[in-house]
Amino acid sequence: MKVRFWGVRGSIPSPGPQTLRYGGNTTCIEVRSDEGALIILDAGTGIFPLAQELLKQMPVKANVFITHTHWDHIHGLPFFTPLYIPGNAVRILGGYDVVSGRGIDQVMEVQLQYSYFPVREAEMRANIEYETLTVGEPVNVADATVTPLMLNHPVVDYGYRVDCNGKSVFFTGDHEPWLNIYAPDDEGYAEFQQMVEMQQGQLDRALAGLDVLIADSSYTAAEYPTKIGWGHGTLEGNIAWARRLGVKKLVCTHHEPTRSDDDLERAFIAAMEDAGYVPGRAGEPEIVLSREGMELVL
Amino acid sequence: MSALTPELERKLGIAVERMPAFPRSVQRILELTRNINCLPKELVAVIEKDPVMTMKILKVINSAYYSLPSKITSVSQSVVYLGINTIKNLALGFAAVGILPRMNAAGFDVQRYLLHSLVVGGAARQLATQFAKGEVDPGDCYIAGLLHDFGKVVFAQFLATEFRNALLHSVEHAVPLHEAEKIAIGVDHGPVGAMLAKRWAFPDHLVDCIRDHHSPSAEPSAMMDCLRVADQVVRFRDIGDSGNPWRESEAPAAPQRFGDDMEAIVMKLGSLDKLVEDAMAFAQVGKE
Repeated sequence: MKVRFWGVRGSIPSPGPQTLRYGGNTTCIEVRSDEGALIILDAGTGIFPLAQELLKQMPVKANVFITHTHWDHIHGLPFFTPLYIPGNAVRILGGYDVVSGRGIDQVMEVQLQYSYFPVREAEMRANIEYETLTVGEPVNVADATVTPLMLNHPVVDYGYRVDCNGKSVFFTGDHEPWLNIYAPDDEGYAEFQQMVEMQQGQLDRALAGLDVLIADSSYTAAEYPTKIGWGHGTLEGNIAWARRLGVKKLVCTHHEPTRSDDDLERAFIAAMEDAGYVPGRAGEPEIVLSREGMELVL
Repeated sequence: MSALTPELERKLGIAVERMPAFPRSVQRILELTRNINCLPKELVAVIEKDPVMTMKILKVINSAYYSLPSKITSVSQSVVYLGINTIKNLALGFAAVGILPRMNAAGFDVQRYLLHSLVVGGAARQLATQFAKGEVDPGDCYIAGLLHDFGKVVFAQFLATEFRNALLHSVEHAVPLHEAEKIAIGVDHGPVGAMLAKRWAFPDHLVDCIRDHHSPSAEPSAMMDCLRVADQVVRFRDIGDSGNPWRESEAPAAPQRFGDDMEAIVMKLGSLDKLVEDAMAFAQVGKE
């Protein structure tokens, strides 16, 4: 299985000299199964350069898994050029949105309203299929299996675990670890805490034996107190999580759009120092920052 | 009209989706959500006092797409699972439907009904803690109490004429309301509330409780016992109004786990004043 990063930035595309090394495109990760089946995790602006690459490999058979429908995870979708070419097959998969009461089938319909985009979905010539997924029910993509898991974000967010011939990778999409809405001296605190721990426990169990964890690491622990409830994780929190899960590798992604490459590296190094992380020490995961163009081979 | 036909089932199921919530909760949700930093626990406190909002949240959370390992029965659990922002936006959506009018063509006072439901829920929770520890989750008993008479408010909204006849019949012939409902509507509020709860994949024990709370022959359970006794205590004390004018002439026998003595239960349960006071404020029902 191969994993390639096409977009690693959170919230909004952030091109410019400050982000040249890590990249300014928003989330898009290409996963190739051993047989070469194409799984795309999220359709941020990173999907556009990926599309250019795919045009050299026609016909395209793509399975686009959307973690959630916030702009930075879907705004490349109408620019996914294989959608316009007959003979291509694009399957778009994602969650059920409780607020609108609709499945993933609405993702482009909402984006492609005529005042906002010149092409209608009916004019896209590829064979497009939608599949609204059920949490915990695996989907087969050739020799790979993709399992959606429920995470915590202001909108329903599915993390995806991809398994292929004994290797596995999990991408959180956007995720803030569950937290107690009560203060310790509130009446409902203990009960809520139990539910929070149960939820985390369920996720951890679903990630048993995981090789690579790709996690939303938008903030530093020091920044987090002013961002509570925004639905994102921290570098420090994910280092602890990766250790707890015993993964081989942690990839920190969804970089804060205002962070320059230098700032990002400084924050990353400080988080590892705070965590007492010693690269290469037995039992420690390898930890890296996601970067456009980075490829992992599992 | 005969019993619950599939057509009526379908009609009521759809109708309830468009059912407005109670005035106080709609007002509080709108107030709270104006502040982007509103406290999640305050939102939860409002939603879990409103049978309509609670019903709708549980419907969403137990939907097939989330195939949860076990069914969810509390608003707090729903917050953990779906996230507070999603719950907030769902609540805003419920608030946007409008406000349940206090009176309706059936002549059923929904705010006094709310008071009844809130106090029964609170008392059922307390009974579970005191008399059925380890057997049943007190939170589940609260939900059972809050939702046990949901069928009535559905009748009042969507089968107003028939329900009005049932209310009148109950008073004129001095029979319990659920009996009068069977005559006027063909089915009582228990099975109707349960049908909705089942349709929305609520957990079986909650569905059973809603359906059978007026059937003495139903399979007993700790939750049912707590609900029935709470209902009796509250009606005995004339708190709120479930629309049922029927009062047993003396205290009914309590299930065995409570020691068969209703008076003793009431004593042990202690003052419900705080519970009643909070419920009155929320239901916007003054002292009568």
